[in-house]
Amino acid sequence: MCLAVPGRILSILGDDPLTRLGRVDFGGIVKEINLAFAPHARVGDHVLAHVGFAIAVIDEAEAARVFETLREITDIASEEQREP
Amino acid sequence: MRFRDEYRDASAARRFAEAIAELVTRPWTLMEVCGGQTHAILRFGVDQLLPPQISLLHGPGCPVCVTPAEYIDKAIEIASRPEAILCSFGDMLRAPGTKGDLFAAKSRGADVRIVYSPLDALAIAQAEPGREIVFFAVGFETTAPANAMAACRAKQSGVRNFTMLSSHALVPPAMRSLLESPGARVQGFLAAGHVCTVMGYREYEPIAARFGVPIVVTGFEPLDILQGIFMCLRQLEEGRAVVENQYSRSVRRDGNEAAREIMRQVFRVVPRRWRGIGDIPESGLGFSAAYADFDAERRFGAVSARDEAAGPCIGGLVLRGERTPTDCSAFGTSCTPERPLGVTMVSNEGACAAYYRYRAAETAAGVQS
Repeated sequence: MCLAVPGRILSILGDDPLTRLGRVDFGGIVKEINLAFAPHARVGDHVLAHVGFAIAVIDEAEAARVFETLREITDIASEEQREP
Repeated sequence: MRFRDEYRDASAARRFAEAIAELVTRPWTLMEVCGGQTHAILRFGVDQLLPPQISLLHGPGCPVCVTPAEYIDKAIEIASRPEAILCSFGDMLRAPGTKGDLFAAKSRGADVRIVYSPLDALAIAQAEPGREIVFFAVGFETTAPANAMAACRAKQSGVRNFTMLSSHALVPPAMRSLLESPGARVQGFLAAGHVCTVMGYREYEPIAARFGVPIVVTGFEPLDILQGIFMCLRQLEEGRAVVENQYSRSVRRDGNEAAREIMRQVFRVVPRRWRGIGDIPESGLGFSAAYADFDAERRFGAVSARDEAAGPCIGGLVLRGERTPTDCSAFGTSCTPERPLGVTMVSNEGACAAYYRYRAAETAAGVQS
């Protein structure tokens, strides 16, 4: 029920903060998504859409954190293994 | 799809699982409180990647599952009125009330319509001014702002034939209630990433401190969940209990300010009954004074609370994390998604339905091989 799907904003229609719509590409399927909860979203941004609303703009820098953490913890583990 | 597929990488998942196995020195019990995460854990077999001393419990993370039967009865009663159109998200239609479900009401001729967004229900109200449109507003904090926006837009546009039957539920009070119960087994939580996308995670900080449980705000893809589990277990192994944010690509500490503001305007926090769990103070949303006209209970009569009928279903214990679906003797035999005994088997995101869908087939395959 709390499913939110990532998609990329192709274009933005309107400038009223409550009714501003993004045309959002979800892997080839394009839907109109309300941007009232993403007031700073711009064309090219990736948003998470839930029941027709963007609830977040994805932070691209933070998005790599999973892989950075994985690298850190596995590097530590392999260093420990190398030590006598 | 970007920001989804990369978090499903199998070799990275195995490396996370190895790191978790290295980290763990004793048994721990964690709970996720989101049906979407439960579904992903079963679908991708995340639980099977974990060392045997780690148990995952599946909490009350499905708004459909925790909506009391009397709300469904009320929705059916409203839908049966000739002037009414009852609009609902699709997953509510098979949830059983005390006398059947909305699907059965629809097949008897009630005008029940599935909508994808609450704004679709508002559009129906604008297109059909002679009818009373009631939106069955079910959801956690993730969905509440969208529902609030539909009321806000209706008010701005002067739409008077649109109301909502509010069955919103708030997650942190339920977590607190689980921790206070004498049967509590949870030692750490994965908090629901999209609930926290809206609300932020400040309200979890006093819970972590008071009960000494680590809480890790976690996303929905396999690598998110594995990292959330890793972070939670690392806290437990180090004797820490704070709130950490795994899902930082979406969640900020203060959440989504625009979404929270509209919730504050339209709703107020009220006590609420959770199906299978009972009454939890300050765990629901009713309408603020400014939006009282959009309350379907004011227009069509209040939902009357009923005691839950006793039956063979252990769904309540599953929702409280005291049992898992396979502990139930009816699971997969007299209770299946086609003929469910309880709501945790009905809803797509119910723990029993997820086990049935992803594990019953596997068990059968195991038997064959």
